[in-house]
Amino acid sequence: MRWYTAVENLLIFTILFVLICILIGILLSILLDQKIRAEGFLRTVYLYPMALSFIVTGTAWKWVLNPTLGIQKLFRDWGFSEFTFDWLVNRDMSIYTIVIAAVWQSSGFVMALFLAGLRSIDDEIIKAAKIDGASLSSIYVTIILPMMRPVFMSSIVILLHISIKSYDLVIALTAGGPGTSSDMPAVFMTQMAFHRSEIGLASSSAVMMFLTVLAIIVPYLYSELRRQDASR
Amino acid sequence: MPAVDLQMEALERSASRRKTFYRWLLFLILGVFAIYYLAPMYVMIVTSFKSMEEIRKGNLMMLPKEFLLDAWKIAWGGRGYDAGDVFLRPFFWNSTKMVVPAVVISTFLGAINGYILTKWRFKGDNIIFLLFLFGCFIPYQAILLPMARTLGALGISNSITGLVLVHSVYGLSFTTLFFRNYYVSIPDEMIKAARIDGAGFFKIFFKVLLPISAPIIVVTVIWQFTNIWNDFLFGSSFSFGEAAPIQVALNNMVLTSTSVKQYNVDMAAAFIAGFPTLVVYILAGKYFIRGLTAGSVKG
Repeated sequence: MRWYTAVENLLIFTILFVLICILIGILLSILLDQKIRAEGFLRTVYLYPMALSFIVTGTAWKWVLNPTLGIQKLFRDWGFSEFTFDWLVNRDMSIYTIVIAAVWQSSGFVMALFLAGLRSIDDEIIKAAKIDGASLSSIYVTIILPMMRPVFMSSIVILLHISIKSYDLVIALTAGGPGTSSDMPAVFMTQMAFHRSEIGLASSSAVMMFLTVLAIIVPYLYSELRRQDASR
Repeated sequence: MPAVDLQMEALERSASRRKTFYRWLLFLILGVFAIYYLAPMYVMIVTSFKSMEEIRKGNLMMLPKEFLLDAWKIAWGGRGYDAGDVFLRPFFWNSTKMVVPAVVISTFLGAINGYILTKWRFKGDNIIFLLFLFGCFIPYQAILLPMARTLGALGISNSITGLVLVHSVYGLSFTTLFFRNYYVSIPDEMIKAARIDGAGFFKIFFKVLLPISAPIIVVTVIWQFTNIWNDFLFGSSFSFGEAAPIQVALNNMVLTSTSVKQYNVDMAAAFIAGFPTLVVYILAGKYFIRGLTAGSVKG
């Protein structure tokens, strides 16, 4: 039973995490690509959470999201007396707090990937499209984003990989709780192995995680290598 | 004619006004995101300087009335009494003792691996490289139990040495990948020339390749340092008590709730645990990003 909760949580977490990270990453990279001032500074700001561990991230967000003294209190002090934000201790919502913190930590990374991708695109293409009368937004949607397919692929794979391994953050932020409501396979596995001595359960869950990753990675590596061979 | 001119001017003006409007919108969005990313760090620092009383009375965003260092002292050096007093100083050194050898070993071996895989090609080397690539993606949960057995059999479980071994082994995939991708672009003629001059395997490596490897060494060292310093899974699985690295200690510190939660101490501790990697990132962010992208796009 607990395993099903864990898998379901992993699905919710993975879908939201990957989607939001990519959306934010694309948005920020496109905005940063508009030759703006202070780009270097903003880039540093967006990416610095990546240097922090998930434990530090979790500790910080646990405090920010704390219902009695955190954001909830801040907004009530600002005059929104009805404002409630108790996701951290709410069984139905606790998994989303993990999404928030994980997006905070990792979305800058997607931004960096996409920015590198955007920079590698030839300016001439954009200029030519502009001369043809295309608007900037349609240039991005119809020409540039389709060209970023490899970047999409690699960021999705990396994010999936992060989310399947997601262990530290859950431990630091909710410890799988309240109850087991924010449990994840990685947490399940470690707890079975090291706290409950259920080595059999732990091993089987580890194998299932391993196979899931295998199912994602092998086709990816295969297509990558084929592409490299083709370009050689 | 002047009428047309005026019209043109008005059009241009409205176009440039729209442009400045978009410019402002752009900065507004970027600014909002900057706040999203900075807010937790700000809250963390501000909170760590407050007293518990001030924390309870005020709110997250308020600056402390006076900057108190008490929380920092407790987080680093403890309260001075024994039972249940977790503080970071010894664990900070644990992590240092773990990170330095692990980074050196994995970087060095990764360089040798990359050198062999590109300049001393042999049958099946592509399959070995593929396995290394796969090693980058292995979910570590899958190897926890066998690794625990191995460490036990070697007699180095629950020790810094054991963690150094684990991190060296699992860092190897990444370091090999980095160096391999770097050395691939170095012309084979250089190696051939050195061979004709009578240089052997190690001489070529140390005299020819290593001197031109500075950029990739920096990238690898930063990558390894960040990952190993920030590791929690291996630390919490293969060590406990005194031998634990700092991330594990931080987590224990936050979780051990004595009667009252000391949020200011928690925040100071979190900052201390994140400080080294943050410094590396701020000083060498360029290389940090290069490592991220090198490890992913080519991976």
